[in-house]
Amino acid sequence: MQRRAVVSVVGKDQIGIISNVTTVLSDNKMNILDISQTILQDFFTMIMLIDIKDPSNLEKLQNKFKPVEDELGLKINIQLEDVFQAMHRV
Amino acid sequence: MPIGFTEIQETIRMVEMEHLDIRTVTMGGISLQDCADHDFEKVKENVYQKITSYAKDLQKTANQVATEYGVPIINKRVAISPAAELLGRATKQQAIELAKTLDKAAQSLNVDFIGGFSALVHKGISNGDQVLLDALPEALSQTERVCASISVATTRTGINMDAVAQLGTIIHQTAVLTKDNNSIGCAKLVVFCNPVEDNPFMAGAFHGAGGRRSCSECRCQWTWCCS
Repeated sequence: MQRRAVVSVVGKDQIGIISNVTTVLSDNKMNILDISQTILQDFFTMIMLIDIKDPSNLEKLQNKFKPVEDELGLKINIQLEDVFQAMHRV
Repeated sequence: MPIGFTEIQETIRMVEMEHLDIRTVTMGGISLQDCADHDFEKVKENVYQKITSYAKDLQKTANQVATEYGVPIINKRVAISPAAELLGRATKQQAIELAKTLDKAAQSLNVDFIGGFSALVHKGISNGDQVLLDALPEALSQTERVCASISVATTRTGINMDAVAQLGTIIHQTAVLTKDNNSIGCAKLVVFCNPVEDNPFMAGAFHGAGGRRSCSECRCQWTWCCS
């Protein structure tokens, strides 16, 4: 069964954010289904929809994002898509 | 309808900036009725084994759900069937030991609270109920994570004034015994009127009494009882 998760990246805009984040995803064989991003007064926000096979991998993936978070001063969250459905759809 | 960018941002803001979280996950449905035995040491052992085996994955599962959905779960708790049911032939000292056993189980499971050191006395005080009432001040002051509750009244049965009178003293004694720690013992005690069966809310959580049981626990002869 296909499960989808939302990766959100928030932080100060700088060179290499997208490249670093997507490298981690491709190294872990995660397919990106959709990307959208905005920059508001130097503040970078990117949201990606990714395809995950096994939800138990999310913790490992979150740990793999740690070095990127520390290096670029970003906050990266991964959450199953269902939580957004539950929050915003009746 | 697909989820929009702003909706995702809203949710993330709620978790990150406004500290949206899930206050607690309480595991219920742990009936201690089948832990009874004439040897009280065996009762304690049964209770400890049953709680720690039923709830062994609670912490792990709750943490996994929190990670997957990105919403923190702050507390993990356990609710058991009212402990007074096991105390029919026990002494006050044994009731205190039972509370300590519950505390030990909560500590080994690493859950924040265990609810159900409870008695339902609105219809009258049985032996087990009285033993639990007598043990309450010491049980609450000598344990850390055990929560107790007493049902003293319902609309149907009226108010058990004997129980109310006793509880006045019990609450005072509990406050005195834990006076060096903000009388914390009283924060772990709820006195109920019209309690909801299978109540998951601490400190008054208890499970199983009066509700449906599984057939294997019930052992009655009636086809309509627990099917």
